[in-house]
Amino acid sequence: MINWFVKTFPNVAALGWTGDAGWGTAIFQTLFMTFWSAIFGGFLGIVFGLLLVLTKPGGVLANRFWHNVIDKLISILRAIPFIILLALIAPVTQKIVGTQIGMKAALVPLTVGVFPFFARQVQVALESVDAGKIEAAQALGATTKDLIFDVYLKESRGELIRISTVTLISLIGLTAMAGAVGAGGLGNTAISYGYNRFANDVTVVATLLVVLLILLVQLVGDLLVKKLSHQRRR
Amino acid sequence: MAQIELKHISVDFSGQDAVRDVSLDIEQGDILGVIGYSGAGKSTLVRTINLLQQPSKGTVKVNGQVLFANGQQQVSAKQLQASRRKIGMIFQNFNLLEEATVFENVAFALKHAGLPDDELEQRVNHLLELVDLQSKAEAYPVQLSGGQQQRVAIARALANKPDILLSDEATSALDPKTTKQILDLLYRLNKKLGLTIVLITHEMDAVKQIASKIAVMKNGRVIEQGPLLDVFLQPKQKLTQEFVGGALEVQEILEKYHFQNLAPQEQLVQLVYQITDVTQSVLADLDQAIGTKASILYGNVEQIGGQPVGTLAVLLPLTPEQEQTAKEFLASRHVLATKLDKEVLTDD
Repeated sequence: MINWFVKTFPNVAALGWTGDAGWGTAIFQTLFMTFWSAIFGGFLGIVFGLLLVLTKPGGVLANRFWHNVIDKLISILRAIPFIILLALIAPVTQKIVGTQIGMKAALVPLTVGVFPFFARQVQVALESVDAGKIEAAQALGATTKDLIFDVYLKESRGELIRISTVTLISLIGLTAMAGAVGAGGLGNTAISYGYNRFANDVTVVATLLVVLLILLVQLVGDLLVKKLSHQRRR
Repeated sequence: MAQIELKHISVDFSGQDAVRDVSLDIEQGDILGVIGYSGAGKSTLVRTINLLQQPSKGTVKVNGQVLFANGQQQVSAKQLQASRRKIGMIFQNFNLLEEATVFENVAFALKHAGLPDDELEQRVNHLLELVDLQSKAEAYPVQLSGGQQQRVAIARALANKPDILLSDEATSALDPKTTKQILDLLYRLNKKLGLTIVLITHEMDAVKQIASKIAVMKNGRVIEQGPLLDVFLQPKQKLTQEFVGGALEVQEILEKYHFQNLAPQEQLVQLVYQITDVTQSVLADLDQAIGTKASILYGNVEQIGGQPVGTLAVLLPLTPEQEQTAKEFLASRHVLATKLDKEVLTDD
């Protein structure tokens, strides 16, 4: 079996499991980048999405000035193509991480790239919470904190998980792109060790692993939505 | 001092006056029915009581505390939250938290009550018992019927032992049977806990069933208010007459008779009276007093504010002297008599 594998996919086997070019290293790097940028980007996305909804006219903390500032900031950040963003914020990355290459350095552009995208979706999810629920909670004497955690975030949790799944999937796509410019991971393997060296079997296996990861994320996401959402289907 | 005092309240929605210069006193223990067609400003007016809607002008005073005056809120955000916990509110769409169980929905209202876990659980269970939903504590709202959801909303609204309950079209999304159950529950709570209830509705039946007082709204103004029975017996405004229904229904029935040949001395009279002594027949006594026979063209008895009230439309042959006697007799029996215009009633 192993012999057959080595014979059929010689380049795949040659990369090995450990080492700089190893499959284990690449998988770890992809997971590392996805995980941490999802944490940072997810946090920022929820904060900014919340701020957009809370500060909107008629909102709980209505403030036209800040609403406009945040709204414009997100629109501008979202308009920058990721591949350009990678280069554009390299000096910032240098300041924060101390280097411009490697998987840790990639976390900065990944976070900046994903959070505005996520914030917009969080905004939509939170706005789908019926204004009547907010009003009823206010009538019960709920504080702003109660409104955020017990009403906005909890009532939209099904929707939040759904958009997190979508965002996580596109984030995996972004890590592959970051990989191509020196951050490592499965994207790097597919391009540097596969495509550039005419080793098509490496490209195919790297792609399969990425697809597998995405399917897994989708599966877990769907299961969570099913388990945690009690809303009437609209 | 009234429990809720609204003085010269106006609410301006970008140039459009939703509420115009309304003053309303609501006494402790009242069930005030606020009635009017949609867009009359009922909900907006009632939302100024707990400041879910800030007025543009006027004074809001609840339980002796001035919440709003001189164009601004008079209490801090924290104080307002505390005051709101003493003013329960229920809604047409129930507005329960759908990702929380029935128990959690009620417990949410008690989040700032500072109760230890076991007392909190006890209180929530007691509230669920009050609305007869103990068995549904672990259910999610989506699994409940509309009436059950509204009962959860009532339990939630009562969690902090408020003295006031605002009901914003709370029965409008429910079927007639469930509506009656919810109204009965509100009436019971009013009697048992002395809860002051402000009932916004466009259904006169709801008001007739439980209200003690009524305010009629049109175009942002309260055009008529007073004890329900008084307003029902003597509606002054045309809209009020429409809502109290009597007038319209009587007219509709009378039109069916096609009065073409009424003798000049024949009179159509509407009699409205509270039925206090069931052994007395107003009409038989009237016949005896004036020595003639009244013919009944319309008759109805309904409950107004818990009191049976009769409405009769009768045809009476009356000479001027008889008319005088009849007037005196009816006044002595506290019967409200109104002559109906024959011309209007001759249909075609």
